[in-house]
Amino acid sequence: MTRPVRELDPEGDTFPKLVRVNAERIPRKVAIREKDYGIWQSYTWAEYLEQARLIALGLASLGFDRGDKTAVIGDNRPQLYWAMLATQALGGVPVPLYQDSIEKEMQYILDHAEARFAIVEDQEQVDKLLNLKAQCPRLEYIIYDDPRGLRSYAEPFLLSLERLQELGKKFAQDNPTYFEDQVAKGRADDLAIICYTSGTTGSPKGVMLSHRNLILTARNAATREGLRSDEEVLAYLPMAWVGDHIFSFSQSILLGFAANCPESAATVRHDLKEVGPTYFFAVPAIWESLLTTVMIRIEDAAWLKRAMVHFFLRLAQQIERERLNRRPVPLWPRLLYPLGRLLVYGPLKDNLGVRRIRRAYTAGEAIGPEIFVFFRSLGINFKQVYGMTESSALISIQRDGDVRLDTVGTPIPGVEIRISENGEVLFRSPGVFQGYYKNPEATRETLEEGWVHTGDAGFIDHDGHLRIIDRAKDVSRLGDGTVFAPKYIENKLKFSPYIKEAVCVGQDRPYVTAMLNIDLAAVGNWAERRNIPYTSYTDLSQKPEVHDLVGQEVVRVNRSLSEEELLRGAQIRKYLILHKELDPDDQEITRSRKVRRRFIAEKYAPLIEALYSDADHVAVEAKVTYEDGRTGTVRADVKILEAELEGAVGVG
Amino acid sequence: MSENGGPLLKVDGVSVRFGALVAVNRVSLEIQPGEILAIIGPNGAGKTTLLNAVSGFYHPYEGRIIFQGQDRTWLKPDQVAALGIARTFQNVALFKGMNVLDNIMTGRLLKMKGSFVLDALYWGPAKRQELEHRAFVERIIDFLEIQAIRKTAAGRLPYGLQKRVELARALAAEPTLLLLDEPMAGMNVEEKEDMCRFILDVNSEFGTTIALIEHDMGVVMDISDRVAVLDYGRKIADGPPEQVRKDQAVLDAYLGVGHE
Repeated sequence: MTRPVRELDPEGDTFPKLVRVNAERIPRKVAIREKDYGIWQSYTWAEYLEQARLIALGLASLGFDRGDKTAVIGDNRPQLYWAMLATQALGGVPVPLYQDSIEKEMQYILDHAEARFAIVEDQEQVDKLLNLKAQCPRLEYIIYDDPRGLRSYAEPFLLSLERLQELGKKFAQDNPTYFEDQVAKGRADDLAIICYTSGTTGSPKGVMLSHRNLILTARNAATREGLRSDEEVLAYLPMAWVGDHIFSFSQSILLGFAANCPESAATVRHDLKEVGPTYFFAVPAIWESLLTTVMIRIEDAAWLKRAMVHFFLRLAQQIERERLNRRPVPLWPRLLYPLGRLLVYGPLKDNLGVRRIRRAYTAGEAIGPEIFVFFRSLGINFKQVYGMTESSALISIQRDGDVRLDTVGTPIPGVEIRISENGEVLFRSPGVFQGYYKNPEATRETLEEGWVHTGDAGFIDHDGHLRIIDRAKDVSRLGDGTVFAPKYIENKLKFSPYIKEAVCVGQDRPYVTAMLNIDLAAVGNWAERRNIPYTSYTDLSQKPEVHDLVGQEVVRVNRSLSEEELLRGAQIRKYLILHKELDPDDQEITRSRKVRRRFIAEKYAPLIEALYSDADHVAVEAKVTYEDGRTGTVRADVKILEAELEGAVGVG
Repeated sequence: MSENGGPLLKVDGVSVRFGALVAVNRVSLEIQPGEILAIIGPNGAGKTTLLNAVSGFYHPYEGRIIFQGQDRTWLKPDQVAALGIARTFQNVALFKGMNVLDNIMTGRLLKMKGSFVLDALYWGPAKRQELEHRAFVERIIDFLEIQAIRKTAAGRLPYGLQKRVELARALAAEPTLLLLDEPMAGMNVEEKEDMCRFILDVNSEFGTTIALIEHDMGVVMDISDRVAVLDYGRKIADGPPEQVRKDQAVLDAYLGVGHE
């Protein structure tokens, strides 16, 4: 058990002090790189400090006071990371904003954070800020890095970063020790950053994190994960997101490893290959797109190569599944695996740019088991983490060698987790935020005697792993009081390649039922290979063979639910396959493919009633909207299907 | 740039004929240094022919073309390019099998000197020269935001991007005068907006004088300092966009004349 660090060395209790230490100890080691003009340009720790120093002095010459806020907006650029450090060095607080925010959101945050200075990447951001300037009276200076297209702008409060640094040089002549004095004044409990989180409801909230919060969390996670000073990370996630701040700023400074800024958002995949990071984080959507690229390329290959790749990928996935299920791996596949590594896994990883990865992570939402197993089976140490801005990004991580499909691991050192009476996950740690900026009411709601309410429903399973079920407000109960987490079950269903959408019903009902959409492409393909003729989605959805196929998937979900005590009672008893696909044009799902539960409950009320009656089929008519806006009617006879329940279910 | 502050390019009473067809009929036109001039007109008005005459693809039947104060009427296309006039084409003319980077590098060819042997060995001055040109080309790639397609074969790119690569190749020649033949044809609104921004940026960052042929009147009114209108080979109007927009001859040419 690693012991958590709780106290900080006063020589390194803020990020500016830590960078100063790096600049003394490892001045020539690369701190940050940026691909610019087609070449990776490197900056050492000595340069990192010097650049930030000049920015800080420039800001000081414009009258920067301790406690002032600097808005930082743009793609990941060394200059913007320096701007954050410079702000911290002067006792100020950087406030990074999402670079693609619309003006209204920016205005809210700039105004709420009372930013006096804004340091931005280019003309795009400058133009937005110029439009907002009138409504943000506190914003005094706008500083930009890339001068392109800005030469004819004459606003007196607008200046280039280069010019700012020149002002800094002049300022230093009259105040030679100013920078060092200001850095020395910094304390561990000063604010290091305010990250605004886009709440699903209401206005964004400014999460205040201190140097102590970030340093301790970054250090405890680094110790647990065994990070070293020779890591390489790709700094490609939005700077406004606390995760990027931890990986590309906090941990990079703390351990002295290099952050690599891609050339542009469009070149990330290519840059990933060139950098070959050792420590890499991506959200499930990115992993999924990596997998898709691989699969498409394989299908383009010659048949022999394709057959070989498929053979070895299947082999690796079979081994990985056994491992994840804690079952022994048979000898034969184990003997073949090294050959696969030589022929397939190695070259494949190299091609994706993930060959050097020692630790890869995913978080944010549930990741499909195929994707998770695929990357693990290649020999990538791919793990799930859980965290939020209010925890300085990290709460729990799966340990090396103790990885599961559907958990988010065990708490990192220093973090305590507790499940409240109503099933909500609470945590306490050195990373617990200092409150929401200028929003004591929200702070009181979230932060109670040091414990933070995550808003997520979850439980600690029999192995001590934390499992997240759903957002707490979306979890309800069956009629008999059994916990019912619709999204958790729906996600499990949707992990099947044959099921595209799923809507679970069960609140205040005697048992759980599900309405499913089959994946027309996957099931259609499956049917063709078996010579099952069909004419349309509606026709295919009511074929007995398809019912059997989907039935197996439902049973699989029930089996997995039965493994967890808390959820055992909420297995799917009856289900049906909807006669039409849920469609945003019919307002059944949103454009981002989120199910609109209430609308569906009303629209499909007769179907839901049938699921809770003795009927074995129900005739329906549905109005559909075609792409050209015309509407038509689909008639079908939908069969009500029963699923086998697994294990002992206590419902009579 | 041009001597005694005169126009950068002067087209003086130029006619171009193909057999009996007079494509351009005694057109006179001046392009001032640093301006963006739009040449508009209905289909077949002679816009592209005029551009071709300026860039040396056709030679005028009568009239003179004066660039930077000197008569350039009889130059060949490569000589015109060496003078600092670069162009893009109405139908994209890239090397489709070559990647974007190499396509843009061809725009530097006129600036490269060297011996066949040294180039083949990629040694000494040849290597230094290649690196210098590559560095310049990278600036243009950065400027036009095409980093992501640097190594993609030009023929595989969508049309809008091919147009952008063509602009990049023209810029690689560091032109004094840039001739753009329908730089926005076939583009969607977003691509057009991007292209407008690039044209304006080229003009303000490098001080390049630009003459462009364009059909989209919104674009023309937005970005050009001056508009010249051709109809049936003749120039029928020339002036600031607001003035040309109201010109009766232009309205007639575009909307047709009512017959009593």
